[in-house]
Amino acid sequence: MAEPQDIEQHEVVRRLRAWDPQAVAEVREFRGEVTVVVPREHLRRAAEFLCGEPELGFTHLSDLSSIDRYPVEPRFEVNYHLMSMSRKERLRLKVRVSGSDPVLETVTPVWPGANWPEREVFDLFGIRFEGHPDLRRIVLPVDWEGYPLRKDYPVEGPR
Amino acid sequence: MGTTVNTVTGQARTMVLNMGPQHPATHGVLRVVLELDGETVVKAIPDIGYLHTGIEKSCESKTYSQAITLTDRLDYLAPLSNNLCYCLAVEKLLGLEVPKRAQYVRVLLTELTRIGSHLVWLGTHAIDLGAMSVFLYCFREREEILKILEFVSGQRMMTSYFRIGGLALEPPTGWLVRVQKFVDMMPARIQEYEDLLTGNRIWHARTKGVGTISAEDCIAMGVTGPTLRSAGLAYDVRKAFPYSSYDEFEFDVPTRTEADCYARYLLRVEEMRQSLRIIRQAMKKIPAEGPIRTEAPGIVPPEREKMKTEMEALIYHFKIFTEGFAPPPGEVYQTIESPRGELGFYVASDGSPKPMRVKVRAPSFINLQALPKMVEGRLIADVVACIGTIDIVLGEVDR
Repeated sequence: MAEPQDIEQHEVVRRLRAWDPQAVAEVREFRGEVTVVVPREHLRRAAEFLCGEPELGFTHLSDLSSIDRYPVEPRFEVNYHLMSMSRKERLRLKVRVSGSDPVLETVTPVWPGANWPEREVFDLFGIRFEGHPDLRRIVLPVDWEGYPLRKDYPVEGPR
Repeated sequence: MGTTVNTVTGQARTMVLNMGPQHPATHGVLRVVLELDGETVVKAIPDIGYLHTGIEKSCESKTYSQAITLTDRLDYLAPLSNNLCYCLAVEKLLGLEVPKRAQYVRVLLTELTRIGSHLVWLGTHAIDLGAMSVFLYCFREREEILKILEFVSGQRMMTSYFRIGGLALEPPTGWLVRVQKFVDMMPARIQEYEDLLTGNRIWHARTKGVGTISAEDCIAMGVTGPTLRSAGLAYDVRKAFPYSSYDEFEFDVPTRTEADCYARYLLRVEEMRQSLRIIRQAMKKIPAEGPIRTEAPGIVPPEREKMKTEMEALIYHFKIFTEGFAPPPGEVYQTIESPRGELGFYVASDGSPKPMRVKVRAPSFINLQALPKMVEGRLIADVVACIGTIDIVLGEVDR
């Protein structure tokens, strides 16, 4: 694994830090993949910056997913896997969300393709996306109770 | 499910029609709620989830090796693509390097799968649009591919042939002869489909100018695969982020600019030819002898022979199949070019023998979002062409 200084030398990380030092809470590298942890309130701005900056060009949101680290708090992490076609590069934006207030700002105005993935995270993890145009359950029936991909939800269903 | 449709226009002349979930043209259990003005679609709302089986949740209660069998069931038309992507992700997590011989076999078989998947697409798309005979021809050739897969892995569809660290079994003697036979036969067969469709006036009428989508819309919606390439962008994961030694193979990424159903038809046909090209190269590259699995005690099962003669190998074998192996804590995201577009697996480990989270970035799921953009303002008959042209597999959409 690379030394911490090396990750700081990464161009995208340098640019993000130069743009707003507050917007980068933590940077990690694992198996050649760069993860930038962004504070919740800076998510939308960071997304706009990464997508809009022509030299970065992260115009493509490849995937949006979440993970539950229960009982650690903040328990949820939402991952945005970005891809820049011009730079041929990938980047993972990560936002930590607490279980007591699972709300995030939507990124659908930046990447309209985030619509269904955000609905899916809402459906299976119960994280709400503020400003989402159509936040409904997507794969489960509307009257379903609970959020199946949470770690405190048993595999066999609710008990 | 249970979608309530708010009519946009609020006018009395529009009516709401449910297309699916039981409709032959929706290729499974997709429901599209259509608001119609006469025969024109005013608004289309895809409604999914009828095939949701909680595969991602199930993965969390399986060991890393056991979860491979679940990946087959996602995109059941290209099970080896899913196997490959999942194995690559876990191998990345472990930091494993796979022997070249296994990598080439993986390339060969996934390209065969791509042809097989495109054949099903072509056949069903054609039958949706009224060309029955193409369907029969396509399935005739696909049968040959399934026979090869059965010969190699013992299974026609749910192969689970790729395993973490390499392959499940040594490919049987003479398998390349069968592949050679297929590769020799196929170009003439592809020409046959083209003779039936490419210059066909009915086919033109049903596909040209239908289902257009701009490159900007594709990027904004995250659309990948032939749909993106039909809009002029030559993005292919095999070229942009090579995996499994794809950088050693010569092939083209065909693109078009019309971005309609006809362009996507031409692209997929050309992709079949390119896949044949890759298969021919792979056949030459695959060494006759060599390991098919990497040496990683405690992670990759030892050879049968060793297991019978060496104590350590027996212990490892027992441990791998009872408690599994524990990768270091961390998370990886691996993508490949599946027949439908960019397929991604996000795998996170907490240091236990079971994955903490497996997330599938299913190309069909993302691409299906673009359906309303393609069909709104067009006729109902075009909805059938558009659903066909995106090439969705509901097993992957709903997971």
